[in-house]
Amino acid sequence: MPTLIDNTHPKPEARTTVSAAARAKGKGDARGGLYKPREPIYPKLVSGRWRTIKWALLIVTLAIYYITPWIRWARPGDLPQQAVLVDFAGRRFYFFDIQLWPQEVYIFTGLLVIAALALFLVTALFGRLWCGYACPQTVWTDLFIVVERLFEGDRNARMRLDAQPLSFDKAWRKTGKHLTWLGIAFGTGGAWIFYFHDAPTLIRTFWIGQGAMTAYVSCALLTATTYVFAGWMREQVCTYMCPWPRIQGAMLDEHSLQVAYLRDRGEPRGAHKKGQSWEGRGDCIDCQQCVVVCPMGIDIRDGSQLECINCGLCVDACDDILGRLGRPTGLIAYDTDSAVAARACGQKAVYRPIRPRTIYYALALVLVSGLTLWGLITRPLADVHVIRDRNPIFVRMHDGAVRDGYTLKIANRTFEDRQFEVAFAGLDGARLSQPGRPAGSSVSILVPADEVVAARVFVTVPPDADRPHSLPGRFIVRSGEIQSDAKTVFLSGAANPK
Amino acid sequence: MASERETDDVSGVETTGHEWDGIRELDNPLPRWWLWTWYGTIAFAVVYMILMPAWPGLHGYTKGLLGQSDRAKVTSDLAALDVHRGAGAAMIRKASLAQIESDPQLQAYAQQVGQSVFGDNCATCHGIGGTGGKGYPNLRDDVWLWGGTLEDIQHTITVGIRADHPQTRTSQMPAFGRDQLLEPAAISDLTEYVVKLSGRPADAGAVARAAPVYASQCVACHGADGRGMPSVGAPNLTDSEWLYGSDRVAIRGQIFAGTGGVMPTWGNRLSPETIKALSVYVHANAGGQ
Repeated sequence: MPTLIDNTHPKPEARTTVSAAARAKGKGDARGGLYKPREPIYPKLVSGRWRTIKWALLIVTLAIYYITPWIRWARPGDLPQQAVLVDFAGRRFYFFDIQLWPQEVYIFTGLLVIAALALFLVTALFGRLWCGYACPQTVWTDLFIVVERLFEGDRNARMRLDAQPLSFDKAWRKTGKHLTWLGIAFGTGGAWIFYFHDAPTLIRTFWIGQGAMTAYVSCALLTATTYVFAGWMREQVCTYMCPWPRIQGAMLDEHSLQVAYLRDRGEPRGAHKKGQSWEGRGDCIDCQQCVVVCPMGIDIRDGSQLECINCGLCVDACDDILGRLGRPTGLIAYDTDSAVAARACGQKAVYRPIRPRTIYYALALVLVSGLTLWGLITRPLADVHVIRDRNPIFVRMHDGAVRDGYTLKIANRTFEDRQFEVAFAGLDGARLSQPGRPAGSSVSILVPADEVVAARVFVTVPPDADRPHSLPGRFIVRSGEIQSDAKTVFLSGAANPK
Repeated sequence: MASERETDDVSGVETTGHEWDGIRELDNPLPRWWLWTWYGTIAFAVVYMILMPAWPGLHGYTKGLLGQSDRAKVTSDLAALDVHRGAGAAMIRKASLAQIESDPQLQAYAQQVGQSVFGDNCATCHGIGGTGGKGYPNLRDDVWLWGGTLEDIQHTITVGIRADHPQTRTSQMPAFGRDQLLEPAAISDLTEYVVKLSGRPADAGAVARAAPVYASQCVACHGADGRGMPSVGAPNLTDSEWLYGSDRVAIRGQIFAGTGGVMPTWGNRLSPETIKALSVYVHANAGGQ
């Protein structure tokens, strides 16, 4: 595969061997020495197809985030009336009609694997779309830039303002911006905690100082991170802190769609005067619009690079200029490295979305989604676990009868109290009993709605010299159409000494 | 490895002069926020040292401005636990033993309390599982020397067996051999009689010889049919449960020496609520009665 890095425009200082003196001097130069300050980036407002999609996604994702905890959902009894609730204290997760117990944490594992595989597939097909459109860092940074523009104006005005000495005008603009940022950050942290506690209750107790300490700490933590990450650090988070750029690099290949500068069409670049011929030159007029709109502060014309989040704002900026020039759009476009390389060699570019890599990702995604869904649908509404007594493993009664003790943990996942009939299968003449209750062929245990009850159950069998020391058995727990069972053993030790 | 430093063509960044397999390391500066994060951790450490106990000294450690002390926290946690347990104790105090056992929630509470109290106080003799051993009654079966109802168990725990409590439960099996109340031959005959009582084959001649001796010496406590008397703590001789062993040597030894165990008066050490919970725990995990 031909190299994608074009060295036809070497930087002026390239290929110069630096002397020791110059090296020492270089440490303190514009690069900032050992530590480099963030180079301010002033993304310019752009409009176009991709920007519109980004606006739409920004509104949709933020709306989902802020509104979800306020959706009410009727549930019977004392159960929470909140549609989406992570109830740590009650150890339940409520998602509309789905209610998950801690034992069903595998569903979450499935969801995480699905999310990872979906990201793999999307990245293999379309590059870092997640980074450019849906990542919270991108969404909140976008929102913070909107606020910044509101107070300080667009790119040029912002640059002018930053260059000015401190004045009243500058001070109130900066203060207003930071206060608004802090307000949004607080709203972000504040919305987060509503996912973990009944929202209408929490919003009241939070303000009168009676919320849980975790609520205040979580809120403060998210306020701080939102303000610092989306306000101050922005692209530094993506470039230096986030692991995804490195990991996603492993899922991309030359057939993945990425924002690319079509150098075969653009070069050689240069200024263009109206009326001049376009013969013998590229379409790029070196207007720098793709650079000034980039929220990551890169020049896409240098080729695909780590910082690029595939957001397509440079595409919008370039298309806008090309339109005004009357040239066909798409000089910067979602394209594949292989297509760019093919055209450079004069071949026809072929887009190959179906590749071994995408097939694997898609198959794995279907498989894991199916398994997770299957697990969710087939999970039992009642569950019984048996813990048999180990000390003593059995008790011999005065008449030689043998009694084993068990603790049954019966989970009732339905929303109504249920009386479970417990029977023991595998032993003839077995009598079941509970402390303080008469023995019978079965016992009845009440399990309140949405709870687990640990019940002591004794199984007694009459004396029988021929009975093996250990017999497999099974507890069957039934309430109406709901049934569950659990294997165990009945131990009776050596034959009766009588 | 270190070679001449030069500027990289593509990025325009100076290299460190390090090269591995033709790959040269760029000398990019670290982002400044790293530096500030580092300063932040130092500041945090300083504040932490001022606020929290930090430095050991010759005469104790620096206390810190917040007055944090794990020992004080444990003490206050324990006090809070006592208050917390007070609610459960109040419920146990109000309910009768039968009510505690029949209410699933109260029973679960009593079982929890009982299990831990049993482990601390009773398991030494009766075993963690309550199955006892030679000379120490099995509390899991349905054989009870002093009766196995909830009230019987509560009373036994409270006053003890052959202890120094004025109302302690006491019974005395005479040491027929050691105190020379019976001839050795009569003790041997009586042993056969007891074996026969428990439904096992025995020497018919010896059983016949022992019958009048049993009638005169043993019936008062063990009864004519050998079924014992829980009201005086006399064991049932017809069942398969033997506190001091079921073979002839053990039975003969018991007739000879008349051993009797001692259980402390727990009323002196455990609160009435704890004894109630313990009684329910023992009863709920035992058979019968």
